[in-house]
Amino acid sequence: MFVDMVSARTQAGRLWNLQRQGQVGTLAPIDGHEATIAATAHALDPAHDWILPQYREPLALQRYGPEVLDRYMLYNIGHPAGSCLPESVRVAPLQISLATQIPHAVGLAWGMTLRDELGVVTVFFGDGSSSEGDFYEAGNLAGVLGAPVIFLCMNNRWAISTPLHQQTAAETIADKAAAFGIGGVVVDGNDAAEVYDAVDEARQRALAGRGPTLIEARLYRLGPHTTADDPSRYVPPEEIEAARRDDPVQRLGAHLTDLGLWDDDAQVATETAAMARIDEAFEMALATPIAPDAVLDHCFAQDTQRMARQRDSLLGAPEAGR
Amino acid sequence: MTGTSEITMLQAINESLHAEMARDERVVVLGQDVGRNGGVFRATEGLFEKFGESRVVDTPLAEGMIAGAAVGLAMAGMVPVAEIQFLGFSYQAMHQVAGQIARLRYRSQGRFEPAITIRSPFGGGVRTPELHSDSLEGQLANLPGLKVVMPATASDAKGLLASAIRDPDPVLFLEPLRGYRGIRGDVPDGEHLVPLGQARTARAGDDLVVIAWSYQVEVACRVADSMAAEGLSVGVLDLRSLVPLDIAAIAGAVDHCGRAVVVEEAAQTGGFAGEVVATIVEECFWSLEAPVTRVSGFDVPYPVGMLEGAYVPDEARIATAVHRTLEMA
Repeated sequence: MFVDMVSARTQAGRLWNLQRQGQVGTLAPIDGHEATIAATAHALDPAHDWILPQYREPLALQRYGPEVLDRYMLYNIGHPAGSCLPESVRVAPLQISLATQIPHAVGLAWGMTLRDELGVVTVFFGDGSSSEGDFYEAGNLAGVLGAPVIFLCMNNRWAISTPLHQQTAAETIADKAAAFGIGGVVVDGNDAAEVYDAVDEARQRALAGRGPTLIEARLYRLGPHTTADDPSRYVPPEEIEAARRDDPVQRLGAHLTDLGLWDDDAQVATETAAMARIDEAFEMALATPIAPDAVLDHCFAQDTQRMARQRDSLLGAPEAGR
Repeated sequence: MTGTSEITMLQAINESLHAEMARDERVVVLGQDVGRNGGVFRATEGLFEKFGESRVVDTPLAEGMIAGAAVGLAMAGMVPVAEIQFLGFSYQAMHQVAGQIARLRYRSQGRFEPAITIRSPFGGGVRTPELHSDSLEGQLANLPGLKVVMPATASDAKGLLASAIRDPDPVLFLEPLRGYRGIRGDVPDGEHLVPLGQARTARAGDDLVVIAWSYQVEVACRVADSMAAEGLSVGVLDLRSLVPLDIAAIAGAVDHCGRAVVVEEAAQTGGFAGEVVATIVEECFWSLEAPVTRVSGFDVPYPVGMLEGAYVPDEARIATAVHRTLEMA
């Protein structure tokens, strides 16, 4: 799990540079969220449990297979295959429209129950998303159905520039679980072990048919919202300094070093492997071909009459262009 | 032996839902009041008793959640048939319909099959409270990835709904409020499928074709019948679905007649009739003997009961447009 966290942090740095070089598009850095995401993934069973991400998670989802990073690099260069994971990988495409994935998670968990499939659905979202109607509507439905869902709110204190106190007057986001009639817990999102235990417990509860859980993981967004954001315009410097002193990667690293389970050699070896891995994924992404009419693929199962003409027109067929 | 029965459009829809739920155990019906109550119009009557509470589900009252949960159900391999109680309420589901359902296949590059049907009644003529009658087919047709199906007869309601439920793409299946009990007809017993994307010649005619969909086909047919008494040969083409659009049928009818009137209940600006006119211009410009005329609602929100008679196209407005188009050189 810690290897995943260190790899994610390392690869985030590489991605940042690629973005600054104009080689990948706008993206949302993972910095500060590594412990919560990696610990959640490790508490789940990739063969049975789904993850519905928002958009900050992929680098720390190694447990769900190397395809997650491969496709994430495709996604970052704007390749259409970037949102399509193989059937065996129970991770949904990234979600840009905030909170819309939360009702999907409940529907998916509901459908799994109807099909007698054993497993849980974990859906990631942020403190900002907890203001969206979809969060409340989905939480309410999950409560009514007792669906096997884990609502994982990464409360990183900022929705771009909107601080938590302007997002909600509630003392905790987990308190909102009361409105759904489900359990809600607050965990330290910088403490991987605490997150792991909370997700494991929520998962056991869901699998036992005792319904959904809302987990609020409190952490801090150590980077900008996205590569297009400048947090120095709104984040108080002393606040970010304090947050850096509680960096989840450094914290677990120090703990493991104290226990004799981690050292500089392990750190360097992990960073080197992570760099090689992301560079390999990036090269593979760049080498992945795109059909000349790919823009028209997968809209419908079959082209409509009109789309068939549009495809002909795009491909320069002699009869096209009507 | 298979015969036909004369039933209402509502009964045809109910029959189709029963048949599809019996045929495919992945089909689940969800929405407000669809279970014990059998739907506020009784479209889902008897399903709850026959297929049970796990497949016919009264959901909490939240349209966006109904649409969003349908996405998840489809991801799980189920075949959700959701009901939005009135199409005007789907504004509260539009972020899921437009932003999620329509693009699920595209954004997942085919991994997830959005075999989702959303049924919803719409349209005027029954003096409903505000927001119960809005015609949103133009907005929906402008969302790539969605199919928009609008039956005009009881037989088509049964056959198109069965096709919609079996279709691998998401279908907005829009049911005319006035037609629920106001439209009756012979409907084949047993399995009855009408393919999506094939228009229907409701009336054959040589002088002019009226192109319409849903309840306005019924109105247009009454106009065509009364014109026949005047010695005018007016045809009616029922589009049946706006997406996929049967371009060939439109071109064939307009090429044959040289004159066309397009009828819709929605507001005119940005409405689907404009799309039909553009298609006619692209396909049939050199066959046209007169400009194409639109008969639409006005560019105002759908009005209250005492004003809807002025808003919804009726026989008189269609007849005026037909006469004017026929009189143009």
